[in-house]
Amino acid sequence: MIETQDLSKQFHDFMAVDGVNLSVQSGQILALLGQNGAGKTTTVRMLTALLHPSRGWARVAGYDVVRNGHDVRASVGVLTEQHGLYMRMTAVEYLDFFGQVYSLAPSARKARSENLLEYFGLAEAAKRRIGEYSKGMRQKLALARAMIHDPGVLLLDEPTSAMDPESARLVRDEIARLKSSSRTIVICSHNLTEVEALADKIAIIYRGRILVQGTLDELKRSVLGAPEYEIRFAGAWNAGGLELPKGVEKLAETPTSLKVRVEAPQASNPQILKLLSGAPVMAFQEETRTLEQVYLKVMAEAKGREYVQ
Amino acid sequence: MFNKLRPVLLVARRELRDQFRDWRVLMPMAILTLAFPYLMNEFAKQAVDFLNQFDANLILDRLVPFSIMIIGFFPITVSLVVALESFVGEKERGTIEPLLSAPFDDWQLYFGKLLVGVVTPLAASYLSIGLYLILIARQGLDFPPPAVMVQLFLLTTAHAVLMVSAAIVISVQSTSVKAANLLASFIVIPVAILMQGEAVMLFWGNERVLWLAVTGVLIIALLLIRVGIAHFQREYLLGREIDTLNFRWMLKTFWVNFVGGARSVREWYGRALGASLRRIAPALLFTLLIAGASLWMSYSWVKDNAANAISHASAEDRARLEENLGELPDLSSLRGHLNPSFLFLNNTRAVAFIFVAGLVSFSVLGILIYMINIALIGGLYAVFELLGVQSLPMVFLAGVAPHGVFEIPALMIGSAVVLYIGAAIVTPQTGKSMGEVILELMADWAKIFVGLVVPLLAIAALIEAYVTPGILLRVMGS
Repeated sequence: MIETQDLSKQFHDFMAVDGVNLSVQSGQILALLGQNGAGKTTTVRMLTALLHPSRGWARVAGYDVVRNGHDVRASVGVLTEQHGLYMRMTAVEYLDFFGQVYSLAPSARKARSENLLEYFGLAEAAKRRIGEYSKGMRQKLALARAMIHDPGVLLLDEPTSAMDPESARLVRDEIARLKSSSRTIVICSHNLTEVEALADKIAIIYRGRILVQGTLDELKRSVLGAPEYEIRFAGAWNAGGLELPKGVEKLAETPTSLKVRVEAPQASNPQILKLLSGAPVMAFQEETRTLEQVYLKVMAEAKGREYVQ
Repeated sequence: MFNKLRPVLLVARRELRDQFRDWRVLMPMAILTLAFPYLMNEFAKQAVDFLNQFDANLILDRLVPFSIMIIGFFPITVSLVVALESFVGEKERGTIEPLLSAPFDDWQLYFGKLLVGVVTPLAASYLSIGLYLILIARQGLDFPPPAVMVQLFLLTTAHAVLMVSAAIVISVQSTSVKAANLLASFIVIPVAILMQGEAVMLFWGNERVLWLAVTGVLIIALLLIRVGIAHFQREYLLGREIDTLNFRWMLKTFWVNFVGGARSVREWYGRALGASLRRIAPALLFTLLIAGASLWMSYSWVKDNAANAISHASAEDRARLEENLGELPDLSSLRGHLNPSFLFLNNTRAVAFIFVAGLVSFSVLGILIYMINIALIGGLYAVFELLGVQSLPMVFLAGVAPHGVFEIPALMIGSAVVLYIGAAIVTPQTGKSMGEVILELMADWAKIFVGLVVPLLAIAALIEAYVTPGILLRVMGS
C-alpha cells in the first residue's frame, strides 16, 4: 500500500514535485502519466527512499520513506528507467547477487531465480552474459530483478520505453500477471494504451502537480463529461418529438441518428430505450472515449490551450 | 557485526569480479605489476655500477628502499581508475539506481566501493614489491632493515588508502568518468610531490621522521574517508547536473551567506558576523588550548635543547654566539624601519596562508602554521630568559602586549575559522551538496576575515609601528 500527503521535492530553485497526494491500495495498479520532466521519476524515487521529500510525507508498505528508508527499500521492487544491468554478468549471477542484496538464503535464491527466469522465458539464456541479450530480454531480466524478493510494492518506471512492440507486449503481459491482491504496483509511462490496459487508477502529473486522478471511467467523466450515446435508425425516423428523460441532453439529430449525453446511464438508458420502442433502432452505442482524449484535454487545459478533438 | 559487514563484502565482491572480467582494466594492471620490478631492477643495477665508481655506498644502501617505495607506488596509480569510476562509472552506465535502491546503509555502499578500490591496488603493489624482493635476493643484495621494511609497507598502504579514498570522494562528487579522470591529477600530483619528500627522508635515513610521514599520510587518508562518508548522499548520485561550472549559482550562494540577510553594515556585524562567530566558538576555544600547549612546548623545548646545545658547544662556537648577541639591533634605529603597511600585509598574508594551507589539508597544515606562529613567542621568551635579560616579563609585555592584544586574537580567530572549516567538511551535512557546504564555509571565512581579522590586524600594525617601539624603549631604558 502506498500513501502520500503533500509530497514535494525541490531542487535548488526548481520544484520537481509539488504537493502530491496519492493513495494506492494493495491489489491496485496506479499509473502516473505525464510529459518528460513532469515529476514522475522524482515521485518514484521518493517512494523508493532514494530522494528525501522537501515537504510532506509518504508511507510505502507501512513504512515512512524518511524515517524507515532501509525498510522501504527492502519492501519495494524497482524497475528503473534505465534497466541498470551489469553486462559482464550472466542472468543467474545477476539474480543471485540481488538475491543476496535482499538477504535471501542460498536455497531460496536459487529457487526464486530459476522460477523467475522460467516465468520470464529467460531460462535458456540464463548462463549467457547479459551484454548479449536483446533489449526485451534485458527489460524482462530487470523486471525479474525487481521481483527477486517477492516485494509487496512494485515501482516500474517506463517499463516498456524504447522497446519494440512485440517486447513491449511481452513485458505488459508480465506486469498484468504480476498483479495480485497483495501487491501494489505503480507504473510511470507515456504509453497510454498500456496504461489503459493495466491501470486501476490513473494520475496525470504536470510540472510536479497531480492535475487529475481516479479510475479511467472517473477521469473520462470528470474530464470529458457525461457519456455520450449514438442511436442509429434503420431508416428515416423523426426523433424530434421525443420527450427525453431528465438528465439526458440531445446533442445532435439527423433523420437516421440521434446523439445524446446521459448523466446517469444506468437509470436513464432503459427509459430512452422504452421511448424508442416503436423506432427502427439499429444500434445504441456509447461513443468511444479514450485515455488519450482525457490526457490531451487535461494537458491542453493545464497549458491554457484549447483542446481540439 | 558480520551482518553489518555482509553488504560491504557483497558490493566489493561483485565489483572485484566485474573488474577481473574486463581485460582493459586487467591488462595494464598486470603488465605494470609484473614488468615494473624487472625494469626497476635493471635501473638499480645500472645505478649500482655507476655509483660503485665513486664509492657512494650510502646512496647504494638507500637505493633499494627507494626502489621498493617507487615499485609500490606505480601499480596504485594505474589501479586508481577502479576507484575513480566506482560511483560515477555506475552512474554513467545506469547501474547505480538498482544498487542505491538496495536495503543498504550509505556507509555499507561506500565501504564496499572503498574496499575493492583499496584491495586491487594494494594487491598489485604488494605483488610488485614481492617480485622485486625476490629479484634483489637472487642478486645477493641486502634487504633494507626490518624497521625500514615495515615503514615501506605502511607507506605503500597509506599511499593506497590516501589515493583511493580521495578517488572515491572524486567519484561520488563527479558527474562523468571523464571529469573524474581529469580530477585524478589532483591526487596523483600531490602524492608524487609527497613521495619526493619521503624519498628525501629515506635517503636522509631518519626513521623518526619517516614514522611521522607514515602517521601524517594515514591521518589525511582517514580524514578523506570521513569526508567521503560525510558527503555521500544517494540523492546527489541521482542528480542530473552536468559538468558545467555554475558561476551564477556559486556567486549567489556565497553572497547570500556572506550578507546573511543584513541591510546595513551595522546589521551585518550584529547578525551575519555574529552568527559566524557563534559557529566558530568551540573551534576558538580549541585554538586557545592549542596556543597554550604550543607556548609551553616551545618554551620547554628551547629551555632544554638550547641550554644543552650551548653547554655542548665548542669554545669557538660559544665565542661566536656571544659576539652575535652583542650585535643585536639598536631598538631606536629599528623604530624608523617598522612600516605599518609592511606589518599589516605581512600579518594578513600569514593569516591568508593559514587559510589556504588549512583548506587543502582539512585544517591540519593551517593549524600547524598557527602553532608555529604561537610557538615563536614561547621560544623567544625562553631564549631571552637564557640570555639573562633583566626584568624579562616586563620587557616581554612591553614588546608584545601593546599590538599583541589585537594581533594574537586576529591570528587565533583566523585559525579558529580554518579549524571550523576542517571540522565542518568532515561532518555530515544532510540535504546539502558538498559544493554548497564549501561555499557556505568560504562565506563564513570571508565574513570573519573581512569583518574582524583585517581590522584587528590593521590596528595591530599601527600600534606595532608607532606605539610598541616607544614603550619597549622606555621599559628597557628603565
